[in-house]
Amino acid sequence: MEELKKELKEKIIDALNLDDMSIGDIKDSDFLFGDGLGLDSIDALELIVILDKDYGIKLTDPKEGKKIFESIETMAQYISEHRTK
Amino acid sequence: MKNKITHYCNIKNGKISLNGKLVFENQDEPTFLKFIKSAYKTLKIDYPKFYKMDPLCKLSLVASTILLDSMESIDSEMALLLCNRSSCIDIDKEHQSSISYENGGYASPATFVYTLPNIALGEISIKYKLKSENSFFIFENFNPKFMIDYSESLINLGKSKSVLCGWLEVNQDEYNAFVFIVEPKEGEELSVEKLNKLL
Repeated sequence: MEELKKELKEKIIDALNLDDMSIGDIKDSDFLFGDGLGLDSIDALELIVILDKDYGIKLTDPKEGKKIFESIETMAQYISEHRTK
Repeated sequence: MKNKITHYCNIKNGKISLNGKLVFENQDEPTFLKFIKSAYKTLKIDYPKFYKMDPLCKLSLVASTILLDSMESIDSEMALLLCNRSSCIDIDKEHQSSISYENGGYASPATFVYTLPNIALGEISIKYKLKSENSFFIFENFNPKFMIDYSESLINLGKSKSVLCGWLEVNQDEYNAFVFIVEPKEGEELSVEKLNKLL
């Protein structure tokens, strides 16, 4: 699970162009949206693409996203339970 | 009163100048993106969304910020008139590459949102809370006569009291930005010859 969290942080920094951040700047429990990393709705779409492309997970219920993308912790947990690749 | 050029800013050849005076220089960066990032940081332009922008928006944002922050006040109805030659070609290529079969055909939303040159107008308008006329035109070459005619028309028809005009060209590591304010105040002569000279 720790390896997956590290991988997710690297993917998010790369895909969202968070140039000035390193994986050490993102805590597992930090909120990804709002007061945490400050991601926006376009970033949310980018996270959905990462889930599909890299882990074979297709989100069909938008309400699910709110819980899944709360933090690195919740993302990693969901991916480890549902990944198909 | 006649319309004049009251403020202007240039970004080219590793240098940034405001009203003809050098405000930033960095000849050490090998790429446009590294150069514009170093300018953004050194000039302390605080706008975190900068990092997510495409090259055209980055150039537009830095040039317009240096220009507008030098003014005593900014009219929220200041019109925007931007032009260039290459549209947003760099991000278009990135988008094309991302949707290719070799890359799995996944479009990147963060890339796709910048695949129109007029997004640069939106970024400037959001940062400075402008609610005004704005247009982005593509020309083969710098077209000062068009910029004069269009900006004067906006002012003379009462659409706005001032116009931020700009030639904002970036294609990989070739870049040239020239932004200027047209308004009926004291300033430099607004003519084709003068604009060609200031470019």
